[in-house]
Amino acid sequence: MTNADKDPRPKYLNLLQIRLPVTGIVSIAHRISGVLLVISMPLGIYLLQHSLGGPDEFRSLSGFFSNAAVRLALLLIVMAVAYHLFAGIRFLLIDLGVGEHLPAARRGAWSVVGATAIAFLLALFVVI
Amino acid sequence: MNMQMTGLRAWLVQRVAAVYVGLFSLYLLIHFTTNAPGSYLEWRDWVGHPGIAVSWALFFIALLLHAWVGMRDVLLDYVHNTAVRLVALLGLALFLLAQGLWALTVLLGAGT
Repeated sequence: MTNADKDPRPKYLNLLQIRLPVTGIVSIAHRISGVLLVISMPLGIYLLQHSLGGPDEFRSLSGFFSNAAVRLALLLIVMAVAYHLFAGIRFLLIDLGVGEHLPAARRGAWSVVGATAIAFLLALFVVI
Repeated sequence: MNMQMTGLRAWLVQRVAAVYVGLFSLYLLIHFTTNAPGSYLEWRDWVGHPGIAVSWALFFIALLLHAWVGMRDVLLDYVHNTAVRLVALLGLALFLLAQGLWALTVLLGAGT
């Protein structure tokens, strides 16, 4: 059985002090967005079920989505999808050998940030 | 590939599932911006259409497989106590399975 306390190697886990390079930030944000999406899965399926429940339920959804808090949550989830997708595409390209080495990897990471910023502006335009 | 549960198999499943989920998401985005359903009947008929319903079902299967591999990696990385990790993995598996069965009932309902 592995137990972290028996490991004598030093560790530094002060998240407030650790500074990651852009590639590291893109990577952990990809993981975080993924976990967020898994958590929002039940809500997504519930909305799908509700939208197919009948004409009244379908109509009530437009009222639901005009609520400001709901629109904010929707924006967050849509951005999580967009970010996870862009960072994911970068990882798939790396799997294929594209953007593996450091200079290209950093360019790729910044591209993900840029693409997400553009998606954010588009999403704002739609949601607001 | 051999029959053992190697990391390579999980990696491949996650990648293939990712491509389908990515493409389907793009399809949904295009569909909703160009041809958004105006009424309940329009919506239900589109989801209930055999080809569309199957593509939705495949989407959920791919999504759950992709989520399983990803979340399993997260648990393996951060949960160091073996017993707790086992329980967490079991909980995750049940959660994803439940989502899948629920999504299936929703899709089957649209076809009626």
